[in-house]
Amino acid sequence: MTAEVHVHGSLRRRLGLILTGGAAVLAVILYLAVRTFAAQIAQQGQDSILNASVTSILDTAVLRDGEVLLDFPYASLSMLGTSADDRVFYAIHADDRLLSGYDSLPAPGASQDSLPRFRTTDHGGEPVRMATDARTLIGAQGQTTVTVSVAQTQDALSETLNAISRRVALFGIGFFALSTALALWAAATTSRQLRRLTTSVTRRGPQDLRPVAQPVPSEMGPLVASLNTLMGRLDHALTRSEEFLAEAAHRVRTPLATVRAYAETTLQRVDNPDNRKALHAMIRAIDESSRAASQLLDHAMVTFRADTLTREDLELSELLRDLVDRMRPVADMKDITLSLRAEGPAVLHGDAILLQNALRNLIDNALKYAPAETRVEVAVRSEGAGPVVTVIDEGPGFDAAEIDTLATRFVRGKAMGHTIGSGLGLTIVQAVVLAHGATMTLSNTAEGGACVTLQF
Amino acid sequence: MRYLAVLIVALWPALLAAAEWEDHQTFGDTEASAPLRILSSTDTSFFAPIIAAFVARQPGVAVEYLVTGTADLDARFRDAPAAYDVVISSAMDLQLKLANDGFAAPLDMPEHPDRAQWHKRLFGFTTEPAAIVVNKELFADLPLPRSRQDLIEVLRANPERFTGKVGTYDVRDSGLGYLFATQDARSSETFWRLMEVMGRLDARLYCCSGEMIDDLATGRLAVAYNVLGSYAEARATEAGALTVILPSEFPTAMMRTALISRAAPQPEVAKAFLRHLIQMQAGGGDAGFPLPPLATSNDATGGTSISLDPALMTYLDRMKRQMFIQEWENAIVQQD
Ligand SMILES: Nc1ncnc2c1ncn2[C@@H]1O[C@H](COP(=O)(O)OP(=O)(O)OP(=O)(O)O)[C@@H](O)[C@H]1O
Ligand SMILES: [Mg+2]
Repeated sequence: MTAEVHVHGSLRRRLGLILTGGAAVLAVILYLAVRTFAAQIAQQGQDSILNASVTSILDTAVLRDGEVLLDFPYASLSMLGTSADDRVFYAIHADDRLLSGYDSLPAPGASQDSLPRFRTTDHGGEPVRMATDARTLIGAQGQTTVTVSVAQTQDALSETLNAISRRVALFGIGFFALSTALALWAAATTSRQLRRLTTSVTRRGPQDLRPVAQPVPSEMGPLVASLNTLMGRLDHALTRSEEFLAEAAHRVRTPLATVRAYAETTLQRVDNPDNRKALHAMIRAIDESSRAASQLLDHAMVTFRADTLTREDLELSELLRDLVDRMRPVADMKDITLSLRAEGPAVLHGDAILLQNALRNLIDNALKYAPAETRVEVAVRSEGAGPVVTVIDEGPGFDAAEIDTLATRFVRGKAMGHTIGSGLGLTIVQAVVLAHGATMTLSNTAEGGACVTLQF
Repeated sequence: MRYLAVLIVALWPALLAAAEWEDHQTFGDTEASAPLRILSSTDTSFFAPIIAAFVARQPGVAVEYLVTGTADLDARFRDAPAAYDVVISSAMDLQLKLANDGFAAPLDMPEHPDRAQWHKRLFGFTTEPAAIVVNKELFADLPLPRSRQDLIEVLRANPERFTGKVGTYDVRDSGLGYLFATQDARSSETFWRLMEVMGRLDARLYCCSGEMIDDLATGRLAVAYNVLGSYAEARATEAGALTVILPSEFPTAMMRTALISRAAPQPEVAKAFLRHLIQMQAGGGDAGFPLPPLATSNDATGGTSISLDPALMTYLDRMKRQMFIQEWENAIVQQD
């Protein structure tokens, strides 16, 4: 019994997607953050060396005979050596007049707040980092401000940064790969719990409505709890309706039987033909009601059981022999020869109660519609796919015009005459046959009798 | 009018010098439309074999070799960087400043040792120590000095023999002389004492190693200080009286360096030439390299090579140079 389920998306895929997406975003953030941080540190490193160089030059500034002199040491520029042999530029100004060095460097400018000053500018088409500091010398002629700027290209810096970036990128990729593996594992583990529950529920027998007892993760707890409640209610409802059916059958049939008994007794004592006629009609109506009640209940029972077949391996010939033996008294009353022909074993995996019910209806029809002193033959044989049961009589047979509609609820044939019936017999047979995945065929024999074939 | 004539006459030597070269030779295919122009401070005799090997390997290429002093070379190249393809000089500081100022084109030479290249633009291809060169005949019975200290003592003790017979570079004219002098001064005070002693002996000042060695060979000089050992060694073999002494306390060794002009008219040929030069250098004397190849490590010459370092620009600073020359003149020139 598989029902259509509206499926939208996959928990496992969504979980995997969220986790790997998160890991990717984290990896990118990590990369950018570390890179920015590394760039800052590397820049600070260069700045401090530039500053040391500026300071060592500025320290040598002296005023001699009104002239500014800077006898700066070799180390001032030597300390700027880098692995990439970065180019170095410097400029020494005294009160905005270039004393020596490169005039191509930007002028120091007047602002002296926040010294030493660092900035990145362009020099000859190449970005350079420049440190600037100033000192005021006081001499006899007044005071002079000496400004020293040292600039350096950033080749080594960008080499270092690139190396760091490469390493961080590798690290980020590794982090991402690991997170992805973890995400997939987590998604698989989570969905495995769900799948395990599904399997355990699917594997159950049709009557098994016990609550799920195996341990489940807390997130699935509510789901399993409501599933258990639902199954409990279902179990309860099923038990109740079965009880109700049996009870209802009993409750309807018993008073009808009582009424019929009184009617029969009264009929013995009444001689007036009119009264007798009325009593006959009454008995007939009671029989019709009784028949209708029991067929309705049977039909309800069949419909109900058809959803959850209780299958077992049955030997059909045995089941039929039992049935034929029980029906024989009815046949004898009409002087009908009821016979069973069973050829070899005919095993069927099916619901015994339902099959019994269906076959009883077929034999009942044959006995009912065939005239007295005829023969009714029930035959069972095994043929290829499964057993075949036929019920053949020597009655009037089915009316060709009605044959397709007879299995419909409450439909009775024109040829029913005065026989009592509700029109549910073939409907019940059809339902049972469908539940067993078999087919029912109505036809007439060459002699004109009815022939019903059930092919399992 | 007369004023103008005086001006022209006064400026004539300068104009003449601007047009003239110490040496000027063309190698290879004389039909070639545009020769590779090499501006160099190295005597043609040293470079001829290198260029000959180059043009032999590159048919259809001509090489014009122009020789001038290091300081003049620097000035000429700065004036017209597009007129030359390759610049070769022994003045490491001037060369480094050219590269730092963006005059040089980059060239990848990963097999060349790191300490002999700067910024992928400047390539050192020799290691040449500054030497004391003496004429043994004029020293006669006196002991040959082993160090600067020895030299100071022997000069002080024999003023009558050495007056007018000591020589060194005029650091005002010679870029290489200035480099050696500043590096010496940086290393030790001995340099200043030696300069003072030489000044007292009426030291003769030279623009170039060549003339100094000539005068040593003829006996006009008895001792010369900070002469290029390589040049002296070459002459010592022919003039037997010359002895080359590497001062034992701190020999100063420089690297001859080459760069490609960023405005080179023939950049591809220039690159090929530099690769050829470096390759020949790596082969050393056995491969016919006529100059002392790069020392494999610093202690091979027993001292330190001047390293390619932005600090070389320190003494090129206008103020530093002015102060240094002032001090140098005080020591060596105005002694009388
Ligand atoms: N063996 C038969 N021979 C002739 N007609 C038949 C035969 N069996 C069934 N029919 C026709 O098919 C009709 C439907 O049969 P069905 O068994 O469904 O109803 P029913 O027999 O009338 O009532 P009940 O529910 O009491 O069996 C019958 O009314 C009858 O006309
Ligand atoms: Mg019937």
